[in-house]
Amino acid sequence: MDQPAQRRRRYAAVAATDRAFLVAVYAAVGLFVLLVALLFASLVHGSWPSLREFGFRFLWTSQWNPVTNQFGALPLIFGTLVSSFIAILLAGVVGVLAAAFLAEFAPRWLARPLSFIIELLAAVPSVVFGLWGLFVLAPAVRTSIGPFLQKTLGFLPIFGGPIYGVGLLTAGLVLALMILPTVTAISREVISAIARDQREAAMALGATKWETVAGVVLPAARVGIFGAIVLALGRALGETIATTMVIGNRPEIAASLFAPSYTLASVIANEFTEANGKIYVSALVELGLLLFLVSFVVNGFARILLYTALRRG
Amino acid sequence: MRGRHVRSFIGTMLTAFCASLGAVALLLIFGYVLLQGFRALNLAFVTQLPVPVGEPGGGIANGILGSVVTVALATAIAMPIGLLSGLFLALFGRGWFPGVVRFLSDVLSGIPSIAIGLFAYIVFVAPFRHFSAVSASFAFAMLMLPVILRTSEEAVRSVPREIREGALALGMSEYATTMRIVVPAARSAIITGLLLSIARVTGETAPLLFTAFGSQFWEVNPTNPMAELPLQIFNYAISPYQSWHEQAWAGALLLIGAVFVLNVFARLVLSPRASR
Repeated sequence: MDQPAQRRRRYAAVAATDRAFLVAVYAAVGLFVLLVALLFASLVHGSWPSLREFGFRFLWTSQWNPVTNQFGALPLIFGTLVSSFIAILLAGVVGVLAAAFLAEFAPRWLARPLSFIIELLAAVPSVVFGLWGLFVLAPAVRTSIGPFLQKTLGFLPIFGGPIYGVGLLTAGLVLALMILPTVTAISREVISAIARDQREAAMALGATKWETVAGVVLPAARVGIFGAIVLALGRALGETIATTMVIGNRPEIAASLFAPSYTLASVIANEFTEANGKIYVSALVELGLLLFLVSFVVNGFARILLYTALRRG
Repeated sequence: MRGRHVRSFIGTMLTAFCASLGAVALLLIFGYVLLQGFRALNLAFVTQLPVPVGEPGGGIANGILGSVVTVALATAIAMPIGLLSGLFLALFGRGWFPGVVRFLSDVLSGIPSIAIGLFAYIVFVAPFRHFSAVSASFAFAMLMLPVILRTSEEAVRSVPREIREGALALGMSEYATTMRIVVPAARSAIITGLLLSIARVTGETAPLLFTAFGSQFWEVNPTNPMAELPLQIFNYAISPYQSWHEQAWAGALLLIGAVFVLNVFARLVLSPRASR
């Protein structure tokens, strides 16, 4: 047996280890919160000269001219919103229906591998999407998809004008593929969380499987599905490399979806290392700040929707 | 009556069509990368340095090495912070604070990587006036943190409470209970999360543009600019040269291969249940 003094020493050592361990745990979580705060603070600090110089004018003037040091982000905001909107329109519809199939209609032996394949699509690096978009999709838009749309819907201004291949439509299509797994995986989770008795009640009333899903299950899951789509929108707004490779990189606002455009993220990617002058650099950081704030709000909103949807289910 | 069943059938087929679109897209992209990548892939490509435009041959071995170094360093930064924070959320957090951390982590996972790259530039590049691999690792660590944090939280949470309480009741210290009993029990799910976070940053390109910056040489010192595989693919792809385009495809094949192996290994081998 230990002597009392020895035992006390050992207890003290154990207590000290525990204290050190808890300190490490709290330090880690404190550091994490601090890093997120620092991320925001450093972006504000970096964009301060530009914030002071341009104020809110930065958001709604459309000159992006490094030569004259005039920076207005409107064309970039336009390009970001339009390309993301195309993506969300396509991926939203396809993704939610695909989720309905995986959660409701597909037999297990099909649903599992199919979900896995769609999740692998999410793992494809964005530079690979960009490469494929640039060398496969952009030529296809120029030679077949574009001319087809122009022939059938060319009376609409959004399908007018010359077709370059790279441009808003191509960027929107690539983004749609990139966010499709997000919409599908999260919608599927939300749909699966809808209580079983809702389905059984509808089926007992004589509804077909389709009527049950379209009339009962999807409406019941609408908050969560909306959350999934908003979350995917956040991804699309901030996507950088793939968009940079296929959008054409021209800071102009054009009516046609075939026209080259530019996004907030791609401007930073293309110009940051070559930017000289305090105002130019800080204008680019301000674009980053803008992206940060927008995705913070969009993602925060999506998460709150999803917390509600999944807790209730 | 028949019309309703026909409509139900058509509706089901429509959803099946949409689900297959995702799979078809993956196969199209992956198939094309395989086809183009294999043409340019050879031993020299994975063992040699890049050569100037016009010269035949050359490779991107320094980019592969650079990516491995950068991601390894990022893992070393992110793993302890992420795991300990995950333990906090699962075991020690009380009151409103854990909810805030969880929310911050979920939101951080949606912040564009380019904004995080700017952060790394402001904190680690601008003060030293010097691009460096360590700044890229820092940006990568920020991208990995939310994944590691939430997966380790869930992994630890899934260990039955009785195991932890039993160990504490037997007189084990808090530290020993957590690190020798609870964490080992949750090990495979924690490693799954770690591998998924590694897969996520391995393909990242945007933050590298102004952190690691790229290099023509063998470089293992993380305080210097370093070549990175995704960055080289990007630079080759947007160049006007045919030979570089071919190399971009070969690089893409390596990258997509590495990311897929990580994903398949993490989801199917380590925790088949996690992939549902």
